[in-house]
Parts: sequence; structure tokens; C-alpha cells
Amino acid sequence: MIEFVNFHLVPGLVLGSIYALGAIGVTLTFGILRFANFAHGETMTLGAYFTLALIALTGLHPLLLVPVAMALTALAVLGMDRLFFRPLRHGPTIILVIASFGLMLMVRSLVQIVWGAKLQTFSKGIDLPWVLLDTLRIFPKHVVIIGAALGLMAAVHLLLSRTRAGKAMRAMADSPDLARLTGIDTERVIRTTWIVGAGLAAAAGALLAYDTHLHTNMGFRVLLPIFAAALLGGIGRPYGAMAGGLVIGMAEELSTYPWIGTEPLVPPGYKAGVAFAIMVAILIWRPSGLFRGRVF
Amino acid sequence: MDQLYGIFLYAVFLLTMGGIYAVLALGLNIQWGFTGLFNAGVGGFFAIGAYVSAILTSAASARHLGGYDLPVPAGICAAMIASALVAWGIGRICIRLRSDYLAIATLGIAEILRLVLKNEIWATNGARGISRIPKPFEHVAEPWNQVGMLLLVFAIVLVLYVLLERARRSPWGRVMAAIRENEDAARAAGKDVERLRIEAFILGGALMGLGGALMAHHIKFIEPNVAEPVSATFLVWVMLVIGGSGNNRGAIFGAILVWTIWSATEILTTRLPSEWATKAAYLRIFLVGLALQIILQKFPEGIFRERRFQTSAASVHPPPFNRENTS
Repeated sequence: MIEFVNFHLVPGLVLGSIYALGAIGVTLTFGILRFANFAHGETMTLGAYFTLALIALTGLHPLLLVPVAMALTALAVLGMDRLFFRPLRHGPTIILVIASFGLMLMVRSLVQIVWGAKLQTFSKGIDLPWVLLDTLRIFPKHVVIIGAALGLMAAVHLLLSRTRAGKAMRAMADSPDLARLTGIDTERVIRTTWIVGAGLAAAAGALLAYDTHLHTNMGFRVLLPIFAAALLGGIGRPYGAMAGGLVIGMAEELSTYPWIGTEPLVPPGYKAGVAFAIMVAILIWRPSGLFRGRVF
Repeated sequence: MDQLYGIFLYAVFLLTMGGIYAVLALGLNIQWGFTGLFNAGVGGFFAIGAYVSAILTSAASARHLGGYDLPVPAGICAAMIASALVAWGIGRICIRLRSDYLAIATLGIAEILRLVLKNEIWATNGARGISRIPKPFEHVAEPWNQVGMLLLVFAIVLVLYVLLERARRSPWGRVMAAIRENEDAARAAGKDVERLRIEAFILGGALMGLGGALMAHHIKFIEPNVAEPVSATFLVWVMLVIGGSGNNRGAIFGAILVWTIWSATEILTTRLPSEWATKAAYLRIFLVGLALQIILQKFPEGIFRERRFQTSAASVHPPPFNRENTS
């Protein structure tokens, strides 16, 4: 039982919060700009490496630098939008998917050129867990990650429900034509969408790197679970994406628990397949997702 | 003289690779160019073809499944059938949804396949891959075995080109273009849009399986990273977009052009000092990505434009259903 909590439940929550942050950006760009952004995983990678560069520059604790990395990533993504997505905005949206596919490899190769392809970590040394009740081990970093993710999700909630920009975003996700008719500046909504999505992705990337390590493939590795989370929650539904992220993260970690007998239910090598299996099931039985998102 | 001979052999080898990529690009052209289906998992279909043919034709080995010793053509046919079956499964699930979902699902299947190839060591020898795959014309004397493979690949490309051109002009091909241009109108004309799309997806998948099988036999070795997005999927997409999607000649020309540039720059970068060589390899990917973006923005039709069907002025009627009016 304790083993279940230590090695499956808590890591599942941690991974789930990271997926949730990433999935919000995917679901917002899919809902508002109407395309599946394949470069979103690389945005996470970029956020993690910006944090690494800032640590090298200032020597401060990674978590203090994450907000700066979020801002830098948002700026970079706004630049990418200006150069690669905006000129294609008025054609068929599937061309944007191709552009994002190309951008995914461009960003990754740039990261590899600048930072190299080796594994890196934010800080050397071992993170010792707090031991509660003799057997329950809680790593401080896990508490920090879940806390930071919850804080960011609360901020997204406030932005979407209390501010004009958030309302405009929701209006545009529901119907872009109607939003334009009511005088909403669509280009501005698109900019806000990129800033929110990129900021959250950068935070997710940095938190993932804080939990494990940095690698140039880290964003691509989580792209599929994040798409699965966004589809599970329903496209254009940020709260759905949060729930979807948690479900996918938990499912991945819980799937390796020996539920039947003593062997892991799913061999650890296939953990990434769990997200895909859930995604296929959704596409077959409920393409609108749990929160009744849009189906294009 | 020896050096020239070596260069000749290398050129034949590279040109054969170019021809194999042309098969892949023709497959993607059926899916994307003709029908507008986005496949982000070209590498996955390619890997299915490569592994199926490799396992069926290679000699028995303790390291992986095998020992069936089938002739190479039988292995290639099985590879095409296996890829077609996977395409059918994915098509059944995603084809009625918008292309983005198909893109995500195909990317997913390529990733899952890579996990299977890495983890099922009993069948695939895991990350070490399968080696000593038989090659056609292997027992012929030195230059002619390579030349034979080159001729075989180009004969396949030629046959595919002729068949696909006929398909494109046939009623089937015209319905495909109609579906891509205006799905509602095609549906209103009584066409079974889902069924036709799945057919195009299966046909394209089978050609990608064929390309994978040919590659496995050509380089005699296959490992899980062939399904990586960079090496297969992305290159094939760039080839088709640069050559001109919707045009079979464009697909073949784009494949050979991009493959020539890709391998020529590889020769250049490997001559650099090792530290710069790895950076230059990444820079190469960056530049190919940039080229794709420039083509998408400035020359969206590619080098060879899609040839539209000739209609005489008298037969042109206003379309009965217009997207803006119906939706």
C-alpha cells in the first residue's frame, strides 16, 4: 500500500499536473486558432532550457527563474507566430499543422545546437525525501511541483473567468465569426492565447526538468500524452484539459502497479502507450471529450 | 580509377535510396496530395513494412524472430499488406474526424510502434535491430548487384507512376479531388466519402510499407529509430511539399532532389571536426525545416503544380452547393 502511494500515486499526481499545464495550451490553440500545434512539446523544451540558461547566468533557485523563462518563451512563441503561423492564417488550417510540424523540428535542432544533446540537470545533488509515519516518503520537489501547477491553474481560471481578455478568448473558442462581429480584436485574442499557452508550456517544461532532467527530446516525449489529455478533456475546454492531464498522468503511473498478481499490469516500457490507448478509445466512443468540447 | 569506381558505387547506392524515398513520397501523395489526409506517421508505416519483410525473409537467428526464409518478393507483398491493415485500422477510427485528429493518431501509432520494436526483443532484437537482411541480386558480381537494385527500384517507381497517373485520371481519382476540394458537394453527389478516404489512406499506407521493405532489403539492416519523425516522416513531407503535392511527377522529383541535397550536405558535414559535425547535422535539420516554411508561404504549389482536369468552357456550371451557403 505504501509502495503504491510512494511509487505510483504521488508520481502520477506530479506527472498529471505537468501534463495538465501543457494540455491547456494545446486545447486553447486548437480551440481558438483551429489547429493541432505539433510544436507545443518543443515550447516546453524551450522553457526548460531557458530556465537552465538563467540558472547558469544568475545562480538563483530554478523556481524563482521559472516566471522569467515563461516570459522569454512567450516572447519566442510570439515571434514564431509572427514568422511562421500568421502568414498562413487565412489558408486552410491543415497547412498550419504542417508548419507546426516543421517548426517542431526547427526548434528542437536549435536547442540541440545551442545547448547540445546531452542529458542535463538544474542542480546536482540528491533530493532527500521527508519520511512520514516511517514509510511514507514525500519528496519536497514533488510538493513544490504540484503546488506550482495548482497555482498556475488557479491563475488561468481567474484569467478566463474574470478578465476581458479571458472572456474574449472563450468567445472566440466558441465561435470566431460571432466574436469578430461583436468587435473583438481577433489578432489580440490570438496573441493572448499564444502568451498563455507558451507560458504554461514553459512552466510545465521547467517543472518536468526540475522533477527529472533536461533532454532535447523531453517535449516530444510528452507531446502525445498532452494531445491525449486535450482530447480527453474536450477541445477548447481549458478545465477539461486540466482534468484530462491529471487523468492521463495518473493512468500512466498507475498502469505499472501490479494490480493483478506480482507483475506490473503494463510493462514499464509501454507506459507511453497508455496515453495512446486512452486517446484511441476517446476518438472511437466520444470524440467531443469528457467536457463536451468541439469536434471539427 | 579505384576512387572513381568507389564514387560510382556510392552514387548508385544514393540514387537507389532516392528512388525508395520516391515510393514513400508517392504514397504520401495519394493520402495528402490527392485526398487531403494528413499522415504524421509516415515513419510508422515505413517501419511496419521494413520489419515485416525483414523478419519473413531473413535467415534464422537466435536474436530475433525469423527463419521463415521466404523469397524477397513475398516479404515485400506481406509488408504492403501489413501496412495496409494498420492504415485500415487507423482510418476506421479517425477518417470521419478532421485531419488534425488523423495527424495526432498517426503520430501516436508511429510512437507506439517504436516502443513495440524496442521492447519486444524476442521478435525484433530491440534497439540493436535486424541485420543481414537478404538483398535482391546479392549473388551477382560487384557493380551489377548494385545496379540491379537501382534498376529494380526505378522500375517499381515507374510502374507506380503509370498506375497512379491512371488512377488520378480515373473516376476514382476525380472523386478524390472532389472530396478534398468540397466534401459536402461530393457527399451531396452521392459519394461515400468515408469509404473513399479510407481507400486512399490504405493505398498510401501500402506504398509506405513497400518503401520500408525496399529500404530494409537495400541497406540490409533495420533498427527502431527508422520510425523517428526526422529521418522518415519529416523528410518525406518536405519532399512532397517541395516537389508539389497532388502531382506524381512532383513527388518523384521532390524525393530525388531533397534526397540529393540531404545526402550531399551529410557528406560535407561529416568532414568537419567532430564537435562541429554534430552541430552542423542539427543545423541541416533546421535549414530543411526553414526551407519547408518558405515553400509553404511563398510557393505553396511546389515545383510541379497540380494539373487540374481539363473542362471545356461550355461544361462549366456553377457548383450546385457552395460551402458558405450550406454551412
